[in-house]
Amino acid sequence: MRIYYFKGPVVVFGLLFPLIMFFTFFIGRNLDLVLFFPGFLGMMLFFTASSVGPLITPWEKREKTYERLVSLPVILESIIIGDLLAGAIFGVAITTIVFAASAILLHLSLMNAGLLFLAFVLGSITFAALGTLLASPTMNNPSHIMMLSSLVRLPLIFVSGIFIPLSQLSGWEWILTSLSPLTYLVDLFHAALNGDAVYPPWVDMLALAAVILVFIGCAKVIQKRNLMKGL
Amino acid sequence: MDAIEANNLRKTFGPVIAVDDVSITLPQGGIFGFLGPNGAGKTTVIRMLTGVLIPDAGSVRILGTDVNKDPLTAKLKMGVIPENGTVYSDLTAEQNILITAKFYGMDRASREERAGEILARLGLEERKNDLVRTFSKGMRQRISIACAIVHSPPVLILDEPTTGLDVYSRRLVIDTVRHMNREGSTVLLTTHNIEEANALCSMISIVNKGRIVATGSPEKLKKTFDTSRYVEISFDQPVGHELFKAPGITRTESWGDKWRVYTDDPDRAVKYLASLAERDHLTIVSIATSNPTLEEAFVRLTEGV
Repeated sequence: MRIYYFKGPVVVFGLLFPLIMFFTFFIGRNLDLVLFFPGFLGMMLFFTASSVGPLITPWEKREKTYERLVSLPVILESIIIGDLLAGAIFGVAITTIVFAASAILLHLSLMNAGLLFLAFVLGSITFAALGTLLASPTMNNPSHIMMLSSLVRLPLIFVSGIFIPLSQLSGWEWILTSLSPLTYLVDLFHAALNGDAVYPPWVDMLALAAVILVFIGCAKVIQKRNLMKGL
Repeated sequence: MDAIEANNLRKTFGPVIAVDDVSITLPQGGIFGFLGPNGAGKTTVIRMLTGVLIPDAGSVRILGTDVNKDPLTAKLKMGVIPENGTVYSDLTAEQNILITAKFYGMDRASREERAGEILARLGLEERKNDLVRTFSKGMRQRISIACAIVHSPPVLILDEPTTGLDVYSRRLVIDTVRHMNREGSTVLLTTHNIEEANALCSMISIVNKGRIVATGSPEKLKKTFDTSRYVEISFDQPVGHELFKAPGITRTESWGDKWRVYTDDPDRAVKYLASLAERDHLTIVSIATSNPTLEEAFVRLTEGV
């Protein structure tokens, strides 16, 4: 925990940024919580789970601990899974606290606890896998990776049904949102909290599972190719 | 069974041939040195031996296990200090050792016992609960070696373990290497410090431009350049190098306030220098003959002489 979770970029992009977004959109505005809370929860899990992964490999390379790590009896797949779990646990822990506090303070409804649990698990793994993929390019400076990571992550929140509900989209907007994995997590949160999802839950879960496999597969290939670069 | 057996290793990075046809066979039990100038390919060889880098051609076996075919088993037999490799600065000295021991599958009791033992040996027992970020470079390197030896590896591979260390830390690292060797570990180390290699290693390979240019015991390597014996002399007043032109003197070199007169016959050179001093009314302040050094052999070999 001490090694990865308290790094500046993790705190800024994993905690402060989604909170600032929350205050920006909720404080002083009369937004419908039922409509927007699943999107906020999705955004929170998205940012927290994907904040740790991009930092780990570049940080280890910069600190010169990476070569020691790969010379230990551990395979690359284990390192990738470890990075992924670090992100997923961070995402689930922080988002659970936020959800619990919000549920108490804002009197949120919960339609399906099991579905909410699955959404947490699948969502955190999906975006932790995205974080691991973002760590794959050859960079040994965490700030460069965080910049790249922001370039990928920030646009996603605008095309994932967070600020404009999916049911209000059509045409190319619909196509665009259906390409974002965050869309399926937000939709799953809608199903779990309000029961008003656009897609059936199994479609959301299948889409997230497929994205996890693609992200992990790509991360493995790219990280293997770039293993010793940037040392 | 040899401790390390590397055959025809080759590694290129784009158009650059970093390592070309390097073969090493190290029997169990010795301390082996890998000497070479910067950029010679030492670290690339070490990375291929430790399974961190996959060679373009060739194979590596650690105690009979192929590093590329069965990396986990091979890595369990090794302890490694990578070049510039350091430990986690956000963890304490003890945590770094314990976490490394966990990778080698040691149980909790063994981990804690071994960590305490190594910390005491490396003079860090009192600082075991301090964060590594508060440590000096020498202390960090001691933690690094502690992590490498925590599982008592039969093969220890150290890439420049003493570079940049203070005298005390260097001595502790060297003592630990010797101790591990006495306990049965085969040690392969790269170093820039020729005197250290001379004092520590039973066999040395000199690497230059990606190839091994010489292998042998330090004494054998020194004798390769037997002609590099010299007489070191200083006079009470400055003299020019033209003074030393005489048959049997191969070259001269200014060495601080002294001159090094290289010759294949030191006895004759000493007599000549004494007569020279008498002739020119010079007083000899000091004079000494020297046998060829490993440094000389290293310089000659890596210069391509």
